Amino acid sequence: MSQFVPGSGFLARTASDLHAAARKTFYADEFAHTPGFLQSLDPRSKIVGLGAMVLAASSTRHPEALAAMLVFGLLLAIASRIPLKVLAARAWAGIFLLTFVLAGPAMFTTPGNPIIQLPFGIQITDHGLKTAALLILRVETAATFPALLILSTPWMHVLKALRVLRVPVALVVILALTCRYIVLLLQTAQDMFEARESRRIGILSTKQQRQMATSSVGVLFTKTLVLSEEVYLAMRARGYNGDVFLLQTFRMRPRDWAVAIAMPAGAFLPLLLK
Amino acid sequence: MGLFEVRQLSFRYGARNALENIDLNITAGERVVLLGSNGSGKSTLLRLLDGLYLPSSGSIHFDGVELTEARLADPQLLIAFRRRVGLLFQDPDVQLFNATVFDEIAFGPLQLGWTREQVIAAVEEALNLFNIAELRDRAPYLLSGGEKKRVALASVLVVKPDVLLLDEPTAALDPKSQGQLIAFLQALPASTTVITATHELSRIEDFAQTGCILQQGRIVKHGSVSSILDDPALLRTADLL
Repeated sequence: MSQFVPGSGFLARTASDLHAAARKTFYADEFAHTPGFLQSLDPRSKIVGLGAMVLAASSTRHPEALAAMLVFGLLLAIASRIPLKVLAARAWAGIFLLTFVLAGPAMFTTPGNPIIQLPFGIQITDHGLKTAALLILRVETAATFPALLILSTPWMHVLKALRVLRVPVALVVILALTCRYIVLLLQTAQDMFEARESRRIGILSTKQQRQMATSSVGVLFTKTLVLSEEVYLAMRARGYNGDVFLLQTFRMRPRDWAVAIAMPAGAFLPLLLK
Repeated sequence: MGLFEVRQLSFRYGARNALENIDLNITAGERVVLLGSNGSGKSTLLRLLDGLYLPSSGSIHFDGVELTEARLADPQLLIAFRRRVGLLFQDPDVQLFNATVFDEIAFGPLQLGWTREQVIAAVEEALNLFNIAELRDRAPYLLSGGEKKRVALASVLVVKPDVLLLDEPTAALDPKSQGQLIAFLQALPASTTVITATHELSRIEDFAQTGCILQQGRIVKHGSVSSILDDPALLRTADLL
């Protein structure tokens, strides 16, 4: 049975991870203020262009087209000085795991020529492998573009651009609150874990620490629900009604128009390929 | 005629009565303190006065106009109301949600449709007034408790409201910051109405002339601050001593 060591146990690690996550979430704007290609574009043209890439990635059945889009996404990241490891951590890693869990069974269940024989008569087929790989590639590619948008654009600019593009107020309010909710959730969770740590006496087994963490989840949910309601009231108290107003005025320049037109056109070209 | 006229106001959270049969008249320029122990209904009353909650029964009139759901849904009326009434929340963390202090203070004026020049001038003035100019590019999330409170107050006062609703404004402030806040409140124009909810008795005479004691959602005493402070038996009953 593993024993708790101050600063390195499950609870301490969880508190530390929550702290890091809260900071990362709060500093998501960091790259939006560095000079780069995407950062120099009007948020509306980015939403149109990158949104078209997401739709195209979700629609195409051609792995070559998906691979080309992914490479294009990587080039955009490089041109925008967004480190690939940041993109990997924020967009690819979690989505890869989730998609792998969903797509994994397809490798064994899709009929086709067996290419790998496993014990107990289980086999991976060529069609199954292709299906799983295509799904993972599609999801990773589609996730790259929203990540680029968020990393290269201050969050309030994204919200304002969505309203300018006639996205309904209700959806923009939900997005605005979700962002703030995540930060509050992480802050509250961190406070709760640290409070538990400060009151812990004696040595807890890993199992006990996990049980403690699990029991905190319900309390955490209720607390953050109350807090998020408070945040919404505080926003309303200062005149917020779903529309977003900024000091900066959006201005479409020729290259913004070029991106808003060329990116969707280029994105849907693969759909026409046979 | 009062600026706020509250008649037979009751408010329920589900089945629980938070406020019952409140009658209150607050005139323009009055400095009022709402006293009560935790859970007595002070914060709820402030939110009702700010139009964030609507009464379960009874009515609230602001400047002769009843605050109803339909009126508060009217964008023009709502902007005019928000321009005149500002609420400082007890927990500054819920009030600070922008990326920088500058954006935080600019949020209210932008929502009210001020021009870019007006917003910048007002924010600069607020930054200097509250001595937080050096924090302008900092993330509110990373500030100390006292700094957060000052930023939250600046973000409310930047629009120069006629009415200031303060929910436990001195909570979590060190004595020096408390003194600064009270000095600031005393320096507000005489026309500014200030309604403060607190359970701290020590300095209420510094910033209010009249007070109400709330106990279990009811007003049990309404009178001058000195008459309230001279009634220790009542203060003890209301769990304030």
